[in-house]
Amino acid sequence: MRVEVRLFATLRRYVPDLQVGEALTLEVPEGTTPRDLLAQLGIPPDDVKIIMRNGRHIGLDDPLADGDRIAFIPAVGGG
Amino acid sequence: MTRKILRINMTDLTATYEDIPEKWAKWAGRGLTTAIVYDEVDPSVHPLGPNNKLVIAPGWVSGTPAAPSSGRTSFGGKSPLTGTIKESNSGGLSSQKLGRLGIAAIILEGQPKDGKWYYIHIDKDGVTFHDASDLLGKGMEEVDRIMWERHPNEPAVIGIGPVGEHLSANAGISVNDPENNPGRYAGRGGLGAVMGARHVKAIVVDDKGGPGVEIKNKELFTQGRRKLTKAILAHDITKPDGGLNLYGTDVLMNIINEAGGLPTRNFSSGQFEGAAKISGEMIHEMVEKRQAGMTGHACHPGCVIQCSNIYPGPDGSIIASPIEYETAFALGANCGIDDLDFVAYLTKECNDLGLDTIEMGNTLAIAMEAGLIEFGDKVGALALMEEIRKDTPLGRILASGVATTARVFGVHRVPVVKGQSMPAYEPRAIKGIGFTYATSTMGADHTSGYTIAPEILGTGQKVDPFTYEGKAELSLAFQATTAFIDSTGYCLFIAFPILDIQEGFEGMVESVAGVMGWDIGPNDVVELGKEILKMERLFNERAGFNKEHDRMPEFMRYEPLPPHNVVWDVPDEELDKVYAWVHEG
Ligand code: SF4
Repeated sequence: MRVEVRLFATLRRYVPDLQVGEALTLEVPEGTTPRDLLAQLGIPPDDVKIIMRNGRHIGLDDPLADGDRIAFIPAVGGG
Repeated sequence: MTRKILRINMTDLTATYEDIPEKWAKWAGRGLTTAIVYDEVDPSVHPLGPNNKLVIAPGWVSGTPAAPSSGRTSFGGKSPLTGTIKESNSGGLSSQKLGRLGIAAIILEGQPKDGKWYYIHIDKDGVTFHDASDLLGKGMEEVDRIMWERHPNEPAVIGIGPVGEHLSANAGISVNDPENNPGRYAGRGGLGAVMGARHVKAIVVDDKGGPGVEIKNKELFTQGRRKLTKAILAHDITKPDGGLNLYGTDVLMNIINEAGGLPTRNFSSGQFEGAAKISGEMIHEMVEKRQAGMTGHACHPGCVIQCSNIYPGPDGSIIASPIEYETAFALGANCGIDDLDFVAYLTKECNDLGLDTIEMGNTLAIAMEAGLIEFGDKVGALALMEEIRKDTPLGRILASGVATTARVFGVHRVPVVKGQSMPAYEPRAIKGIGFTYATSTMGADHTSGYTIAPEILGTGQKVDPFTYEGKAELSLAFQATTAFIDSTGYCLFIAFPILDIQEGFEGMVESVAGVMGWDIGPNDVVELGKEILKMERLFNERAGFNKEHDRMPEFMRYEPLPPHNVVWDVPDEELDKVYAWVHEG
């Protein structure tokens, strides 16, 4: 299956070629979880504070589905 | 030296230093502006009339040595935009300087009999009144520059642009930053017009040789500030090279967009396809690419978080400072504009003319919805700003904010509560912030109860943004804690570390207790905050506001917001829970 992955703020450092606003499209096996994606991208799960699937918060071990839009977000704030 | 109240009467051009009466003695910052407005301004007065007042107060710890990020100044009065009580606070140079002069608050009242305009200079020797006729019509960039030329010691300049002179309802109050740029604003609620109604163009504050802030318990203060500084420097959000320091508040652009809560094209969608182009990451990239400007800028000396930025243009010259998330949302996404340079040009216009960027961007979006220009028309948006600069009748309408502009042009999708337009979080997709917008004593305002921290950012705790259960309590807890923090002089962004790190929270309270010689702990914060909220709420009731004003705009109740296709479905009784305690017990 295919998922679309976005990395925000400091996490973009792990994929240096990724442009601001650019998404990665990854071909992954059925049952892949956010934890698997992070392993594949070489991002330590501790650096990730929020994971969103299609605009909703999910956990590290929730299985993904074909076509999901995934975002990994570090600890951020603003106002 | 014990703190004094500086009363400046513009009717007879006098300034008197008064002892703080017992009833105000414990307050500073927002607590003090609110207490003074509550006691001295009749809630029924016209905000622009002779009997409204502008109150300016540094926080409890502002001006003390080495309290981190503690340079916030509170401005209070009755708001011309909302008709409610208002507190709007700003960074910049003024807070620490007022604190070091021993001034607890300035009460600016009256109107000159001769109809002339003045600027006021304050230093350790007292107050002088100066003819401001040669400053009239000038933007804040020029006013700041002239004030630094005329007066030594790089003073703080609190001032209003042309829209403040015109008494427009969206006039903010500018405070200069360490580079003498006018970008720090007590923007919301039209307090610039309250200052303009006193015929005061600027207040210049020079603290050289001032007595400094009296600290009653130095040991406790020092212990507190150390704990707080440690928490700020340790927390992922606020530490050096953390999200706020690197990317500024606009780091939120991509994230709120991802969550489907970024108000776009006059609140018709929660997602903007151009979000990345106006994000904090893009600001950072432009600063690197153009090798000019900066991120990690401090809006006042001693800020350890340094979330501000200076944005450079294509040729490396500076366009504006700062580009905040709120600015980029209002002048960008909500207008369908995805060009960061134009967001910066529009910000520059707002900062120079003296306008709140949130209200201005949302007003341009109303003009777009009304068909004056198309959504996304960045050149047209700048042309509308030019109408304000030229002071045409259309410019006057636009400078009056969202509600007025919508009424004039027959727009019914009006994202306001109590006359003030909503900031950068869509309440249909993030319900808790809707509770704050609806019930805040300030009109729609995010800072007054920032439930985004637990609803989206997972700070402090994690709660589901789409449900309303428990949100009344959550919003109240945030509103009360914020009223306290707004009184400290600390920047509200210390909330991120202290929500997660208990020692930091203790440190904040201990530093305040140290200055004031109090014996209070973390458990007293919410109660003190509620005392402030209660005064504000009662003022508003006497000004004619009741729970029917704590409601969301109608279109949000029936118009589903993409991409989640959610409406505002919160029962009114839930909203009424937030302030039910005011008349209980
Ligand atoms: S964190 Fe940002 S807004 Fe707050 S005081 Fe520092 S620079 Fe100013």
